[in-house]
Amino acid sequence: MALLTVKNLSVGYESQAVAENISFSVGEGDYLCIVGENGSGKSTLMKTILGLMPPIKGDIERGDGLRQNEIGYLPQQTEVQKDFPASVKEIVLSGCQARSGFHPFYSKAEKAIAKTNMERMGISDFAKRCYRELSGGQQQRVLLARALCASEKILLLDEPVSGLDPKVTQDLYQLIQKLNEEGLTIIMVSHDIAAAVKYASHILHVGHHVFYGTKDEYLESAAGKAFLLQEGGEA
Amino acid sequence: MFEQLAMYLQYPFVQYALIVGVAVALCASLLGVTLVLKRFSFIGDGLSHVAFGAMAIASVLNLSNNMLIVLPVTIIAAILLLRTGSKTVIKGDAAIAMISVGALAFGYMIMNIFSVSSNLSGDVCTTLFGSTSILTLKDTEVWISVGLSVVVVVLFIIFYNKIFAVTFDEDFAMAVGTKANAYNLLIAVVIAVIIVLAMNLVGSLLISALVIFPALSAMRLFKSFLKVTICSAVISVVCALLGMLISIVAGTPVGSTIVAMDVVVFLICWLIRAIGGRA
Repeated sequence: MALLTVKNLSVGYESQAVAENISFSVGEGDYLCIVGENGSGKSTLMKTILGLMPPIKGDIERGDGLRQNEIGYLPQQTEVQKDFPASVKEIVLSGCQARSGFHPFYSKAEKAIAKTNMERMGISDFAKRCYRELSGGQQQRVLLARALCASEKILLLDEPVSGLDPKVTQDLYQLIQKLNEEGLTIIMVSHDIAAAVKYASHILHVGHHVFYGTKDEYLESAAGKAFLLQEGGEA
Repeated sequence: MFEQLAMYLQYPFVQYALIVGVAVALCASLLGVTLVLKRFSFIGDGLSHVAFGAMAIASVLNLSNNMLIVLPVTIIAAILLLRTGSKTVIKGDAAIAMISVGALAFGYMIMNIFSVSSNLSGDVCTTLFGSTSILTLKDTEVWISVGLSVVVVVLFIIFYNKIFAVTFDEDFAMAVGTKANAYNLLIAVVIAVIIVLAMNLVGSLLISALVIFPALSAMRLFKSFLKVTICSAVISVVCALLGMLISIVAGTPVGSTIVAMDVVVFLICWLIRAIGGRA
């Protein structure tokens, strides 16, 4: 049984579909990249999977006892966060909010989880630093550590490398790959098709022609070839 | 001067004013941080004008307790305004501007047409700038103010972690199952309560200063959410106390003296940051 199975899904705002007829499944340990042009509905699809907005049509099934709140999410940075006075520790700890349920304060166990994940992401040294003073790459690590506090099974990443310089981008991709090797399932929205082909095990291409398959199948497909050609042309 | 102060402090109405002032200042500062960070600073301003309109209706109806009308009306307005923030029917800031000036105009008109008072401009001025209303509180009003303040502080402490989560990242909070909309609703209701409470202290035109300045001052100095929250509470209480004491001794209007203190503290904090940042 797959962790997530999506059947004939249409997503969009107020019954206006942005992307239609999407079907795919994600098994444990998979690394799925969702690619497509700007405005093709990648982020909308992700929000629908997360339950932030209702699907227009179709089903999303969760398997293997995966609960809705067991999906770790790395959203795109918002305007609000750029000058937010909060320490790294406070932000990572807020990843435990689903675990703590109705308890008003975080328990020792939850603080331990936050500490472990800060070590995993190599950010323990600036646990007390202010989030807004960190570099873009460091900020993404903080948000990754927070997502890990929310879930040990599956991570959804929305354009995790946008706005980062090439070196930091590489580091972050390697960090994500390491997590994947440790057994975490990764779903990543990206328009960095080169990296998607390099790291992912499966590719979902949304747009006029929806494609879903393994990386190798994608490289052979019409959608994949066209997109790669276009990318090559731009570069 | 201290003798004069000591003499005033023996009057129960001065003691009441100080108690209510401190309680209200504390509450106002707590949610200020969240409002500023969520880019909702203006909502406090809009709501205070709604509260003015409601107050006008209440005073015309000659109720024994104005809060019976002002509180529910302001809470409803708060809920409507925060709704438009997430689901844009009319752009958030335009909706606030509309409701706030509308309420102000209707409030003044109602007071003009129906008022039986001989000193209309005095009444309006008191509602807008607070002037003496903090010193003329009745026993029940003192108890309601203190009671509501305690409720606000307790709610804030219980939901502190959730409020932080929803303020920092609403999408993430919702994705992991936190009912962000419910907490936004809670924040809206609490803001409305705070604004109605603060009307007595500084009047409806100056309320947003009470909410925003301590938060902004604290954000100049501290780098964690907890420290910013605590610091803004301390700044707010100290400013309110100093402002009230100065106004008693110097005979200046209470509300504007408190806000002036808040502005001065903000400038000091800003200077500290500017100098510290350069060093």
